[in-house]
Amino acid sequence: MSDFEPNIVAFLCNWCAYAGADLAGTSRLIYPANVKPIRVMCSGRVDPVFVLEALKKGADGVLIAGCHPGDCHYQSGNYKANRRVILLKELLQQLNINPRRVRFEYVSASEGQKFANVVKEFVEEIKEIGPNPLRGEQ
Amino acid sequence: MSSENKGKLKFAFYWAASCGGCEIAVLDINEKILEVVEHVDILFWPVAMDTKYSDVEAMDDESLDVCFFNGAIRTSENEHMAKLLRKKAKILVAFGSCAADGCIPGLANVSNREEIFDVAYVDNPSTDNPGKVTPKTKTRVSEGELTLPEFYDTVKTLDQVVDVDYYIPGCPPPTKLISQAIDAIVENKLPPKGSVLAPLKSVCDECPRERSEKKIKEIKRVYEVENVDPNVCLLEQGIICMGPATRGGCGAACLDANMPCTGCGGPTPNSFDQGAKMLSALASVLGVENEENMSEEEIRKLVDQVKDPLGTFYRYTLPRSLINRRVIKK
Repeated sequence: MSDFEPNIVAFLCNWCAYAGADLAGTSRLIYPANVKPIRVMCSGRVDPVFVLEALKKGADGVLIAGCHPGDCHYQSGNYKANRRVILLKELLQQLNINPRRVRFEYVSASEGQKFANVVKEFVEEIKEIGPNPLRGEQ
Repeated sequence: MSSENKGKLKFAFYWAASCGGCEIAVLDINEKILEVVEHVDILFWPVAMDTKYSDVEAMDDESLDVCFFNGAIRTSENEHMAKLLRKKAKILVAFGSCAADGCIPGLANVSNREEIFDVAYVDNPSTDNPGKVTPKTKTRVSEGELTLPEFYDTVKTLDQVVDVDYYIPGCPPPTKLISQAIDAIVENKLPPKGSVLAPLKSVCDECPRERSEKKIKEIKRVYEVENVDPNVCLLEQGIICMGPATRGGCGAACLDANMPCTGCGGPTPNSFDQGAKMLSALASVLGVENEENMSEEEIRKLVDQVKDPLGTFYRYTLPRSLINRRVIKK
């Protein structure tokens, strides 16, 4: 499994996490290139359908990152996203899909380093879990 | 469809993996059935008439005007009949939740053939089966070979095996929808192919209960609630009600009986994954009251009150959902 390179979809909120990822880039921080970022206006915009669709189409991991508690540009989108992810993980467990494939993180616009660390950690974790069993079914 | 044909419309009814409730729903249209038979000849209806599969096989292709097909596709026999009736009928209607969405039989997709056979025929307290005999597609006996249909690992919806023209949701479909569908067929006023013959709005739209901003502090099972307010939204009273994510057409009949919607109408028109939609909706309104001060631990406890997300949110739609079964590693 050493040559397994995970394919990770990252939904990043426009105001915090995406800016954080941008900062990681402008700061020339090095982190694995396995993440395919998708900018959303708010982590609360991430419908569980998006996550299931990503997994169905073979994503090995899905990262959802939003503002820290109290910082949501729309007041409460990040809280909703967090609760949805917790509940979604329980559903994934029932579907025998490792819930660790889905991860929710708070990343602020100033946390370029945190973003890079989260990605590094997540890529390592997914490498350990292995490829998505649904990959190649579609 | 057959406006040039002066004769009666030719109908067929068939049941695949279903409970038989849809067949009864057809009769629940009561005296309207007399009106129906004025316009309709029923050529094939295994539950009510002595007809054989060979009778259908002998028909010309497209010689049936309409086939109401209820039940999911669980066995090779179900699939064979779906393909046969598709060939013989001009209009194929997925009738009821099983044919349209997979429904309760579709919950078997959390398992597979091996596990199901094990529970049904081997490992249960009331079965004595030391030889571990389970159904086989072919069995040799002294008189020759006996055959049974193949039992699939995965339950499918009707439109996953054949092209479907219309859908009538519900478990079983409400009589109003059945009557309207039959009227539309008889009057040749069917909407475009692929339509669901039910309203576009959700169950909540038909529900007379009072609604306000939803903030749920605690989730309760139906039996845990004392003094349910019959005039207030059940979701707001902490009871999981699938109304927001479910297509209407039932007139919120369960809510009328003071019971929550469990989602038999299937997804609303613009969503295709009813379970994920409801999961999202419920998580959004859960614990909103004090959300900024909650610890991760408290949030987890709150969400953990949903005991069985799959069985609750996908009770009727697992086979047609994005991830349509439990992943079984080979």
